[in-house]
Amino acid sequence: MKRHQNALLLLAVVLLAVLPLWLVDKPASGASIFAGADNKAMELIGQIAPTYQPWFAPLLEPASGEIASLLFAVQAALGAGFIGYYLGVSVTREKLRRAAAQNPEKTAGAD
Amino acid sequence: MHIMEGFLPFSHAVGWTLAATPFVAGGLLTIRRRIRAKPEQRMLLGVAAAFAFVLSALKLPSVTGSCSHPTGTGLGALLFGPAAMAPIGAVVLLFQALLLAHGGLTTLGANIFSMAVVGPFAAAGVFKLARALKASFALSIFLAASLADLLTYVTTSAQLAWAFPDPTGGFIASFAKFAGIFALTQIPLAISEGLLTVVIFNALARFNPQELQDMKLLPAGEAQA
Repeated sequence: MKRHQNALLLLAVVLLAVLPLWLVDKPASGASIFAGADNKAMELIGQIAPTYQPWFAPLLEPASGEIASLLFAVQAALGAGFIGYYLGVSVTREKLRRAAAQNPEKTAGAD
Repeated sequence: MHIMEGFLPFSHAVGWTLAATPFVAGGLLTIRRRIRAKPEQRMLLGVAAAFAFVLSALKLPSVTGSCSHPTGTGLGALLFGPAAMAPIGAVVLLFQALLLAHGGLTTLGANIFSMAVVGPFAAAGVFKLARALKASFALSIFLAASLADLLTYVTTSAQLAWAFPDPTGGFIASFAKFAGIFALTQIPLAISEGLLTVVIFNALARFNPQELQDMKLLPAGEAQA
């Protein structure tokens, strides 16, 4: 049951991410589909306050969209790598603990 | 939820920076105290930070036709308390502001406030409320993490509406517009974050039940989420 629950939860996450690709129609005009919400908000600021000028620019900008994806991928990989390492350690520790509980004399006698 | 660099008027930028600073400082103290008392939880703190790193890097498509990302702050807020997440969220946001031109230094305070202060405190509050209402452990985790995610984006919408009120409709009309972009897009993503947080908690409850019980998250009798 437990294993199924996690599998089902992960399946639901994948569906939630994939279904919009089918459900959303391409906008009729030249507007881009699946643009970042952050950029849409930036455009909205331009509509509400057309005279507003950003008064500070990013110090460092990724040289291209590919470089930006690279950095986002690095960010995700670092995080996922650490979580994977921690889970691996936890599983092994649990296994050793269980083995030690089953035959204590063996582990106690080990030199 | 990233307000882009330079896109908050100077006074707002300063105000939100001042508002966020005590939370980050207080969070650092909380973390230091916690690690001194329980050094074995250092790894778990790393997991909470790593979770926020992963989730905030994943830009997912949503039913509104735009892309946004979850925040990943709910997990850490439940494990270490909401205060601890302010500095962790600040590190994530600083990384993105400096290297990715995503968010910014002038808007860092506002972004920390929405993602690393409002979100985590919402998570802790919702979790407490759900448990008090006798919701199951898994459901409480789900509600806490997804509402924290959603409220982060509602906060961003309010911050922008405050800085850029609609010329005719004022704050309310402007908030409705920004929330139409941020909060609506975020609903399916918030559900995803809730589900992923439950998955992680299932794994923690399976392999580290003792640590969760030490944190008084799991009652002794309830080993499985």
